[in-house]
Amino acid sequence: MTTEDRRDRSISTLPDGLWTQPTPSVPVDLGDDPVRRQVVPAAMRYNYSPGLASTRFLRGLAEKRFLGERCPETGEVYIPPRGVSPVSGLPTTEQVEVGPKATITSFCVVHIGFGVNAPPTPFVSALFLPDGAAVSLYGTMGEVPHDEVRIGMRVEPVWVDDDQLTESMENIRYWRPIDEPDVPAEQLKGHM
Amino acid sequence: MAGNRVAVVGVGQTRYAAVRDDVSLPGLLREAVFRALADAHMTMDDIDAIVVGKAPDFFEGMMMPESYLAEALGAVGKPLFRVHTAGSVGGSTALVAATHVQSGVHDRVLTIGWQQQSVSEAMWALSFPIPFQQQLVAGAGGYFAPFIREYIRRSDAPDHIGILVALKDRLNALKNPYAHLHEPDITFESIEESFMLWEPIRYSETCPGSDGAIALVLASEGAAEASAASSGVPPAWIHGTAMRSEPATASGRDQVNPVAGIECAADVYAQAGITDPRRQVDVVEMYVPFSWYEPMWLENLGFAPEGEGWKLTADGATEMTGDLPVNCSGGVLSTNPIGASGMIRFGEAALQVRGQAGDHQVDGARVAVGHAYGGAAQFYAMWVVGADKP
Repeated sequence: MTTEDRRDRSISTLPDGLWTQPTPSVPVDLGDDPVRRQVVPAAMRYNYSPGLASTRFLRGLAEKRFLGERCPETGEVYIPPRGVSPVSGLPTTEQVEVGPKATITSFCVVHIGFGVNAPPTPFVSALFLPDGAAVSLYGTMGEVPHDEVRIGMRVEPVWVDDDQLTESMENIRYWRPIDEPDVPAEQLKGHM
Repeated sequence: MAGNRVAVVGVGQTRYAAVRDDVSLPGLLREAVFRALADAHMTMDDIDAIVVGKAPDFFEGMMMPESYLAEALGAVGKPLFRVHTAGSVGGSTALVAATHVQSGVHDRVLTIGWQQQSVSEAMWALSFPIPFQQQLVAGAGGYFAPFIREYIRRSDAPDHIGILVALKDRLNALKNPYAHLHEPDITFESIEESFMLWEPIRYSETCPGSDGAIALVLASEGAAEASAASSGVPPAWIHGTAMRSEPATASGRDQVNPVAGIECAADVYAQAGITDPRRQVDVVEMYVPFSWYEPMWLENLGFAPEGEGWKLTADGATEMTGDLPVNCSGGVLSTNPIGASGMIRFGEAALQVRGQAGDHQVDGARVAVGHAYGGAAQFYAMWVVGADKP
């Protein structure tokens, strides 16, 4: 297999093939050039049964709503809900709508995208704490230069068009800043 | 430490590289296994049980490889046990293997960690689109970079600390013939000018993807002394073992300084009788896949007060010539076959107290710490090994 074959496996948006696989560094005598490696496309199709809590959350997303669930012991709201509190281990039963406004708890400026849904680089990947929730969601920022993004910045989601809404996290195109004062970073500790 | 005494008497590593297609996967594992057995002056017939670990199966697209590898591992007719704890798995696997001896059930246990990052791509595996889950479109670095940013904010560490860590580890790797990355021309400037991937993490501050395997032979007191008498190499006695975990997302969780890591370190030091880790530990092999995790873990593991880990790095304390050498092997920053990376830390700690680390040996090392973390910085595994019998 040649170097060019491996470079075919473009796995990143880095320039000059960075992060593609280089040639082997251990020299071997190949004799009559035996086949050592094959590239075989593979795909799997899944039927996903989300369970009660995730079903409620995903149906909420189709209506542009964030439905979390409350820990009966601490009173804190988890999103996306898993049906159980990770702190107390008790079932969560009360649904609570949180957001859609949120606060950036931390972020990074990404210059390399992985996956088919990666936006053009550079982009900001951030943790968004919806108002009323105890933990943050992942997402990307838009409508703001990346060097103006701050921990504590107030934001809101930008949804896909109504006729595109499905039971999916992909309903959120990105998040954008809103004109509200920053939240002090110390208040966000423990909620990333 | 609870249970019977146990020691490391054999360490075998493969040459680590981006692609090891000069061997099959069974061949790769046997390369590590035979070196470990030779080091211990044992053969496969001497081994009572085998404990293996690797990173999640979807990283390579091969389900339950331990089943088809049983013959290659010499496990036919013997207990074969697999451990799963994401990136910390190499460390956890060695600890599970140690329990097989501590419990008195077995005298000689072979443990193996491996990964072939070349046959798949962990960055893809962490970023593939699942509509019903939150999607991370930025790879592993995109996951950890926000916590590094928060560490820098809290500690007010200067920007160049990460570069110092990367430079130290890559220069240390030049002294380790097994290390994947050998970059003799690397400089502070070349790291600073390398491609910014996940601000504040640059390309040269990031671990590579590696193929490779490591195997350790763990032995009971009697078996260890017999092995050492035959091989002439002293055992690395295990003075403490600890694992801790915490949920990936929980209110109050601090990903910059996770409680599970703090408690894991406190437990393993208490078992080993260590009250002042900075002074009593001679050398540390710490799981640092992105440069800034060195100062973060120095604090998390109790080597520095909160907010001051970066000062040890800045002062050169963690260099091989410093008073707390960290990652003399080159660390994860120079070699990262994920499923093996934790066990490499544990094995390198053992090599140091056995005086077998070659050009990256710390003179007179008698107490060493091996550390691994994994998942969403939620799984921790540590051991303390010493030249003296506990």
